[in-house]
Formats: sequence, C-alpha cells, structure tokens
Amino acid sequence: MRNERSILTSGPDKDAAHQGGRSWRRCIVWAVCLAVLSGLYAAVRLTAESEAAGRGAARGQRAGFLTEDRVDSILRGVKALEKTWQDLTPEQEYYIGRAVVASVLQTYRPLDRPQANAYLNLLGQSLAVFSNRPETFGGYHFLLLDSDEVNAFAAPGGLILVTRGMLRCCENEDELAAVLAHEIGHVELKHGLSAIKQGRLNSALTIIATESAKQLGNEQLVSLTQTFEASVQDIATTLLSKGYSRKQEQEADAAAVRLLRRAGYPDRSIITMLNRMDKQLGRSRGLGFDKTHPSAKSRADGLRKIVRDTGPVADEVRRQRFVNAMMPVIAGQ
Amino acid sequence: MKIRTVLVLLLISAEVALAPPMSVQVRSAKVRATASQLATVVTTVDYGVVVEARALDKGWYPVTTRDGKTGWLHESALSKKPIAMRSGTSDAATGVSSDEVAIAGKGFNEQVEQKLRTDGTFDFTWVDKMSAITVTEEQIQAFRQEGHLPGGAQ
Repeated sequence: MRNERSILTSGPDKDAAHQGGRSWRRCIVWAVCLAVLSGLYAAVRLTAESEAAGRGAARGQRAGFLTEDRVDSILRGVKALEKTWQDLTPEQEYYIGRAVVASVLQTYRPLDRPQANAYLNLLGQSLAVFSNRPETFGGYHFLLLDSDEVNAFAAPGGLILVTRGMLRCCENEDELAAVLAHEIGHVELKHGLSAIKQGRLNSALTIIATESAKQLGNEQLVSLTQTFEASVQDIATTLLSKGYSRKQEQEADAAAVRLLRRAGYPDRSIITMLNRMDKQLGRSRGLGFDKTHPSAKSRADGLRKIVRDTGPVADEVRRQRFVNAMMPVIAGQ
Repeated sequence: MKIRTVLVLLLISAEVALAPPMSVQVRSAKVRATASQLATVVTTVDYGVVVEARALDKGWYPVTTRDGKTGWLHESALSKKPIAMRSGTSDAATGVSSDEVAIAGKGFNEQVEQKLRTDGTFDFTWVDKMSAITVTEEQIQAFRQEGHLPGGAQ
C-alpha cells in the first residue's frame, strides 16, 4: 500500500494531478457535509416550529409580532399541549411563587430588620449567580422570618424565606451560605412546582390553553384563580407540613455542595451547619424543619461522600460581617 | 486554495444560518461579554425579545441581539418556544419597553394575582417588599472581594 502511494505520487505532473484530485475529493466531502448540515438544519427548524404552536406562530414570532387574532387562532389549535409542571413558564412560576410566599406569611411573620435582610440578600444573590439557574423571571430574593422554629422555605421562582431559628444553626457566613445554597437548589430543580397535584395541573393547563390572548373573561378568571389558589395550596402544604421527598432533599443538598464550591465557600460548611442543626433540633423534635426534612444527621452522613472537606477555611472578615448583621437577630434583640 | 476559502465561508454561513432564534423568558436578562454571571454587561434584553443563539457551551449561549450586539446569555434566560406578545405592547423588533408584555393566552399572571389581592385571599405587602430589595453587580463583586472568596468560574 505504501509502495503504491509512492509510485502514484512520484514526479511533478503526477503530484499536481494528485493534488487536483485531492482538492476535488475535499470539495465533494465539504459539499456532502454542507448538504447534511442543511438537511439537519431544516429538520431541526421544522421540529422546533411545530412544537412551538405551528409554523405560522414561529414565523410571526420571528417577525417579532403576533396580532391578537393570530394568537387566538393559534391557541385554539394547540389545546392543552402542556401536561406537566415542567411546562409552566418562568412567568407563571413567578406568580405562583409570589402567592406561595403570601400563603406562608399567613403562618409566619416577616422579620422587619432592614440591615439583616440586606445582608441576607447580598449573600443569597452572590450565591445564586453561581447556580445552574441564575436567571429566574423575577430574580432571587430573601427574607427573614420572625420565628424561633428551625426552618427555611424556597418558593418557586426564587423567593426564599429563612427563620430566626434557622439562623441559630449557623455560626458564620459559610454555614448560612450552606442553608441558602440548599434552598436555591430547590428553586433550581423546580421542586416547588412538582408539588402541584397532577389533576390540578391538568385543569389549570386546559384553562390556560383554551384561554383567550386578551384579558380573561370573568368566568375564566374565577375558574383560573380557583385553580391557581389550589395549586399554591399544594405547594404551601408541602413546604409547611409534608416536606419534599428524601430524594429531592438529597438533590438540593448535592446542588448546594456544587454551588458552595463554585462560589468559593468551603463545602464542608453544609456538614458543620447540619451537625449544629441536629443538636438544635434535639430540643424541638418533630417541629419545623425536623418535620419536613430528613434528619439533619442522615443528611450530613449522606453528604460526607461528596464533600471534599478541602477548600478555604472560615474567613475572619466573613465571620465578622455575619456577626454584625445577624447577631442582634439571633439574640432576639 | 480558493475553493477551500469559499467552502470555509460557506460553512461559516451555514453555522450562522443554523443559529436558532430564541426568546428571552425572564423579565430582563443581561448579555455578558464572556460566559460568566460576573462578566461585564454588554446590554440588557427584555422579556419576549428574540435573539439569535448559536451552540450552547457549558450552560451559555453565544447570542446576537436584534441591534447587532454580541455576547453571552445563560440558558436559564432563554426559551426555544416563541413567546407571543399581545398586540399593542412590546415589539421585539423595535425594542419597545416590555412592561406590559405577557405570554399571550397564558394564565397565572398579574390579573390572577390582582384578583387574589382584591378578594383579600392573600396579602402581598411583604412579597412586594422582599422583591424590591435590590443588590447591584458592584455590591456582589465588592462583597466577594471583601470576603476573600476565590474562583468565580461557572
């Protein structure tokens, strides 16, 4: 084979002829590649367009504008395509999350401490940018709750609540970062939305799919509001009483470890926080976080497999700013 | 050589043509100079605006906006589904304010929340207050720097 090649490529004429042949072969290869790419492009585009409520809608959208009539006719043709909570849009998730927080605040009082809430938001938002889901419709926002119960809640869309009791499980900023990272994990993984009962979701999505693009009619508004309220209740019940599944908690813990590492916090802070929480909960078994989460000890044990126990040590500046912002709250002053 | 140049150009054109249009699915998204949430902001794009996005790279899309600006958007800010807009509100092509833009035909929106407010079902006072707490990019950078937080890679 080697010999044949050397014979074919010997001499200037043959070289030129061979190079010409190689160029044409390359041309053919490139042309085939282009043809395949074009075919793939057409297929992908067509699939995407049909999934997006028809080619007409996609064309109209690419033009940047759809008339109400056009949207109405499209929507009539795509009845109840969405079947799961995953199909709820970030905008819908945002409004659900807001109502979930409003519902939780019927049970827990907000803590009106501007300095502490500002620090909580600075820390939380500094972490959220490193999440796998840094962008939500309305962004991430955090609020302290005036309760000695050890608890924290993540509403869909990025609204996160933390009790004074939970703060008492944290000795420094790194451990509070671990609490927030766990809650951001629930938002990232959309665990809240998954708590909406399937039957409820079906009726909601049926109403939504057949709804006009214009303002809702009164009957539709009443119907949709009832479904919305019930969906919010499903999530609130999970947050306040039932809790997420063990698997979801493990997923949120794993997301928290990843987030802490990305943001530069020592990932072992989640274990030290859980150990402190376990001791704290020893005084109030069956209440708050203990009621809705797997035991802190079992979570810490599970995390030891993935926590590297390396990384930066607790930093004095971080410890001090945590103390300055949170100690008056922790002390109940 | 010429043939090769032509083919390379054709391939580049094909790649550009392959860039699918995607819609911004959050209220406002920042187009970054590099694929990092801490990178400089090139421009912001509002809800419903369409951008051309090329191949996803570790959670980030290289994008080109309608006014020709290029940068990176995180995948969580974009939707492959077109977001239809109500007539009389924002037009992605013109970049008009998108305050009133909504996903046409979709419920669980401001109108539903308004009904819950007027019915007295929920009190949104503190929801509004917590949502109004803003943290700037500069504050995040300064907070991280002061706290000796290393890294920053996505």
